[in-house]
Amino acid sequence: MSTTVLDQTAAAGHKPPKPHRETYLDAWTVKSWLLTTDHKRIGILYLISITVFFLIGGVAATTMRLELMTPKGDLLSSPDAYNRMFTLHGVAMIFFFLVPSIPATLGNFLLPLMIGARDLAFPIINLMSWYMYMIGGSIAIAIILFGGIDTGWTFYTPFSTMFSNTLVVPAAFAVFFAGFSSIFTGFNFIVTVHTMRAPGMTWFRLPLFIWAHYATSLIMILGTPVLAIAVMLIAVERLLRVGIFDPALGGDPILFQHLFWFYSHPAVYIMVLPGMGVISEIVPCFSRRPIFGYRFIAYSSIALAILGFIVWGHHLFVSGQSMYAGLVFSFLSFLVAVPSAIKVFNWTATMHKGAIRFDTPMLYAIGFIGLFTVGGLTGIMLSTLAVDVHLHDTYFVVAHFHYVMVGGAVLAYLGGLHFWWPKITGRMYPEMFGKLSALAVFIGFNFTFFPQFILGYLGMPRRYFEYAPEFQVLNVMSTAGASVLAFGYGLPLIYFLWSLRKPPSAPANPWQATGLEWQTESPPPTHNFEFTPKVEKAPYSYSPVAVEGFDGYGDHGSH
Amino acid sequence: MWNFPLLPEQASTVAPHVDLLYFFQVGVSLFFSVLIFATILYFTYHYREGSNIDRSRPIAQSLLLETTWMGIPFVFGMIMFFWGAALFYVDYEAPPGALDVSVVAKQWMWYIQHSQGRAEINELHVPLGQPVKLTMTSQDVIHSFYIPAFRVKQDVLPGRYTSLWFEPTKVGRYHLFCAEYCGTNHSAMGGWVEVMEPADYERWLAEGGTGPSMAQEGEKLFVQHHCAGCHRGSQTVHAPRLEGVFGKSVPIQEGKDVHFVTADVTYIRDSILRPKSQVVAGFEPLMPSFEGQISEPDLLRIIAYIKSIAGEETPQ
Amino acid sequence: MDTATMGHTDAAAGSALIPLLSHQFDDVEQQSYSSILGMWIFLATEVMFFGGLLTSFGIYRYLHPHEFALASHNLYMWWGFVNTIVLLTSSLTMALAVRASQLGRRTELVRLLLATMVLGTCFLGVKAIEYTTDYHEHLIPGLNFEVPEHQLGEVVERGLDPRMMQMFFVLYFFMTMLHAIHLIIGIGMLGVMAYLAHINWFSGGGAVQIEVGGLYWHFIDIVWVFLFPLLYLISGK
Repeated sequence: MSTTVLDQTAAAGHKPPKPHRETYLDAWTVKSWLLTTDHKRIGILYLISITVFFLIGGVAATTMRLELMTPKGDLLSSPDAYNRMFTLHGVAMIFFFLVPSIPATLGNFLLPLMIGARDLAFPIINLMSWYMYMIGGSIAIAIILFGGIDTGWTFYTPFSTMFSNTLVVPAAFAVFFAGFSSIFTGFNFIVTVHTMRAPGMTWFRLPLFIWAHYATSLIMILGTPVLAIAVMLIAVERLLRVGIFDPALGGDPILFQHLFWFYSHPAVYIMVLPGMGVISEIVPCFSRRPIFGYRFIAYSSIALAILGFIVWGHHLFVSGQSMYAGLVFSFLSFLVAVPSAIKVFNWTATMHKGAIRFDTPMLYAIGFIGLFTVGGLTGIMLSTLAVDVHLHDTYFVVAHFHYVMVGGAVLAYLGGLHFWWPKITGRMYPEMFGKLSALAVFIGFNFTFFPQFILGYLGMPRRYFEYAPEFQVLNVMSTAGASVLAFGYGLPLIYFLWSLRKPPSAPANPWQATGLEWQTESPPPTHNFEFTPKVEKAPYSYSPVAVEGFDGYGDHGSH
Repeated sequence: MWNFPLLPEQASTVAPHVDLLYFFQVGVSLFFSVLIFATILYFTYHYREGSNIDRSRPIAQSLLLETTWMGIPFVFGMIMFFWGAALFYVDYEAPPGALDVSVVAKQWMWYIQHSQGRAEINELHVPLGQPVKLTMTSQDVIHSFYIPAFRVKQDVLPGRYTSLWFEPTKVGRYHLFCAEYCGTNHSAMGGWVEVMEPADYERWLAEGGTGPSMAQEGEKLFVQHHCAGCHRGSQTVHAPRLEGVFGKSVPIQEGKDVHFVTADVTYIRDSILRPKSQVVAGFEPLMPSFEGQISEPDLLRIIAYIKSIAGEETPQ
Repeated sequence: MDTATMGHTDAAAGSALIPLLSHQFDDVEQQSYSSILGMWIFLATEVMFFGGLLTSFGIYRYLHPHEFALASHNLYMWWGFVNTIVLLTSSLTMALAVRASQLGRRTELVRLLLATMVLGTCFLGVKAIEYTTDYHEHLIPGLNFEVPEHQLGEVVERGLDPRMMQMFFVLYFFMTMLHAIHLIIGIGMLGVMAYLAHINWFSGGGAVQIEVGGLYWHFIDIVWVFLFPLLYLISGK
């Protein structure tokens, strides 16, 4: 094949002897950024854009938490202002931060590097994906400036189509475009993983990060179009005043809920699967040993993607769907526990007989495992029919999905960002502050969201501007925790930017990790590798701890 | 004094059952969380880099272990599924003889009428120890009727009936919430459920004055809307009598086929609003639609009337 | 061919030697495989896109069969039938175009592509005629929808819900317009391909590109093959 060694001096891990090594970051004109087709640069574009939306969503969250310090509405002028605030928080965080977070930034940057490719299969479509995101994002920002929307991120009909008098139609288009950006990303990832793996990079030598992204991409391309259709139908009903979902016009509002959750439940896995991929990279690296149960973790990603598509009805237990539908969806939802448990147990087992280091990424990863465990177990409670009748649409649900999406996805995102920051920018971050942020996020997060489990079981419904006075103590605790959490989020933002002030000095492989992405320079050259890498070993062949008889995960010589 | 409740009051027959399952789940969750946390903490301490410890013969895969930790969550999951499903299934249908109460939701209030006729807004008075069945609908968007102390919740949809039942077990005043986001004053769309001794309840009902019951109001409407003209035996129009119909099986003509449906609230509602969609076998589809002509509360009253004559014989 | 030289040179630089081999690919074979796989993945997305709509349509039709059947009778079944023939024929010319590109018959390829485009345009023309008729017959929801007079009697007599007849047309227009948009994109795409084939831009005869385009075109046809019976051929009991 095309594997040839041209220049012996360009061997991996070699200290750059030249003062002027070419990197993907060299060009700094506006045009070079806006018209780039380099997956790494597009990853950076996404990184900047989603950070903006994270801040927008974060400001909305802060406002809500401050409002909820007291039972009466006093900070915000009206319930409408609060309703717009939580809708803004949901839309910004889900469609514009969490869904693209890991795949579009770390995934974009790392996927070709990890499989030894020069770029994604369709670089122009990759750029178009970012533009789609920006169109959707611009509409979203325009909506905020022109008054916001108050439907909640779920757009339930007929409220959204016939009763809300806010900017629902533009919001539908914003979501539509954001959806297409993720379809393009997923589409690109699938083709790239299939066709562009380096010589020797067999399916079972793929890093688990890639498996997770492959599974995520499947959901993106199969689920997102259904959401796109659902929001377009909302726009049509609202604009033309013709019945599709409104019962007063002959429609069925539950149909919308089915279409919506057919995407939005799998979307939870779009958010958390890539995070699981990140954790599967970090844990073996900082435990200095091969990952436990590689194949099980790989298959469990695919299993989650598939199961994710058949459990959407558990959002509708009390909606008026038939009791038998409830029974089936509840049963299927319990099956999700199995692949989730596989991951948690295998990560834990990976630490057995390791030589564990406690750098920031590992702290985030340990935090992830703990919080995801709680998120998953409380998810089981919500799958249970009789219990969900009580808990549905209460703060218990809010706490549960924040444990999965923030405790899971965001912690993994931050852990991954610390792990690959040297690779992406060529700079190290300050380790002390990194550890402090990991600690602050973990503690702040638990203080913010654990009280909400209790609030939920006590019966406080979600999306409440004012609440009964007996719920105040727990709400104050939650708000207090949120301030610690905000501090934890703020730190990396500052020190990451601070680290950029000096020229790149990070070594190619600061963590002595085994992935292909570490075998090229930091930051990588435009074409990723000086020569096409050849893969001869199983992933995570960490050697400080010799694993006796370890010859991969049964890929070769599996009888 | 410990004044920091972790669960709302148990004020219905279902509540202790739900709580028991919930405690079981909390217990199982705690066990596994602690197990995982403790294992991680132990590993991270014991196998920290630089610790002088035996690291020989680590394993990278084990089918036995994988099967175990796939099997355990599955088994616990199934226990919880059947337990939760059984509770849900048993409590799905209201027991016969439950007290009928109608609920009409609108942005942002609950209009509640007791079958004896007394109506109230954002309050629900119910007698202790008697099953109560709510028949609910909405005039605008989706709402959700939620009483945490009873552990019950049901979405209330426009254009159709959903129902909810409970049996209060403790006198007291409990929160009533709207749990499905319904617009501006969603958080204010709530009130109180007042559980009273049966005697107090009777007194309370009587306080509302000796007004007509829902069925009597319904009968008046039945005449007003000219339903009676045909459905009480007319010389000119051949229409089915409605005595003894409610709750029974009704033959429906569908082309050349006849199938049976139960004449429940949904069927009666549809028959009033869209009479020609389900025509009783042997009758001409003559009845006009009353869509948009009868308000939701009135519709519930007419249904209450038709239900009240369920015990009577159909005059031939 | 060019690929043979690849083995001895830096792959990134090597791509410069082969025109039309994008830098990220090692060789033409990998590029073709990616393009075709990419189109299949894209079509999977499209299936879900139409799938959501068809499911909604199916549910409403199941719930309101009489209204949907009656509303459907206002469509001109023969126009729909003609359009089905037109599109199926275009699939044939498209398939022949793919074959011509594989055999390297450039002139034939251009002609077949043009023929496919013409057939596609015919389809759109017929659709435009249908839409115009619908407009005159007051069948467009949100604009001028009324239950046609000759059906009013039946609607009243059988107690049908006129809103559900409107629902049929909402879904009819949504689905056929979405289909038409796909067709317009397809025609534009074939136009570009015909031009590129005409100026002999494709190095390998364009076999892969035409095949990818063909996949998309056949998909549009298949969608219509589903839409035609669902929308036009509803029998009302």
